[in-house]
Amino acid sequence: MSTPHHHHHDHDHDHDHDHDHDHDHAPIEDGEGPPGPFQILERALRELLIEKGVLTAEQITRQIELQEGRTPELGASVIAKAWTDPAFHAELKHDARAAVAKLGITIPDAPELIALENEEGVHHVIACTLCSCYPRMLLGVPPAWYKSKAYRSRVVRDPRGVLAEFGLTLPEETRIRVVDSTADLRYLVIPRRPAGTEGWDEARLAALVTRDSMIGTGVALAPE
Amino acid sequence: MPPEPRFAPGTHVRVANRPVSGHCRTPFYLRGHRGVVLEYAGHFHNPAQLAQHRPGLPKLFLYRVRFPHLGPDGRTTQDEIEADIYEDWLESEAAA
Repeated sequence: MSTPHHHHHDHDHDHDHDHDHDHDHAPIEDGEGPPGPFQILERALRELLIEKGVLTAEQITRQIELQEGRTPELGASVIAKAWTDPAFHAELKHDARAAVAKLGITIPDAPELIALENEEGVHHVIACTLCSCYPRMLLGVPPAWYKSKAYRSRVVRDPRGVLAEFGLTLPEETRIRVVDSTADLRYLVIPRRPAGTEGWDEARLAALVTRDSMIGTGVALAPE
Repeated sequence: MPPEPRFAPGTHVRVANRPVSGHCRTPFYLRGHRGVVLEYAGHFHNPAQLAQHRPGLPKLFLYRVRFPHLGPDGRTTQDEIEADIYEDWLESEAAA
């Protein structure tokens, strides 16, 4: 691989393109300082895919925008609708992917989606002990802790302790279900609707739905 | 006749405990453990093959399976683990 780059990415570059992997096709990289091994690998692979005509820089940029454009607000809007629209609620529980598709939330080749509802006495929390499977189509990019070995290994061994570290202490009699997304399914938690929100509209309710409440490491916010 | 999923919801199963090399979507901590099939979850390409750039055929049946959670003393707690397990990793087990 090429020598370490101790310079900023927006350096002047040589337009002769001598294949030293130093030419920037598109300003896709972020961060500064010398790249780590995975960044070098990613850049080499990306540049090869572009050179071979498999992908264009524009396609890669568009995909990054699509991924980063998805935020937990999307999931929160789904939950708020489920809290206010009984037909949608039923459909979300029956076939979540079809239900969210009706709201215009689609991704080609998106995995199966399953919505699990928290209720009195049962609390779901999602993990992926094997890697970092996450309902990206609704919540965007997972938080760093979700991908950490500490969370992945500990939440299945000591769910109650891990949730307490998130600030969520559940009653002893509440059953915790840790859902390990080991394969082709992605999970979304439907948190319990907070008390005191009767008559609220979807937009107001959505503001109470946090990312963590849809992973299950938290609950929806109480109204102020 | 096309193959059909072998395990109905409610079936008591045990996760195989066998050595494996390469990509595998059955977590170590559930191997050898007993659980109950919650539901059949679909027919998917074999992930171990896909990881080797092979076609992933024949497809595998996938199930959502519920397991008791074991505390630090090895006893079951009131909590539960659910995971998605492919049929080739499940063996039927007489109800306890």
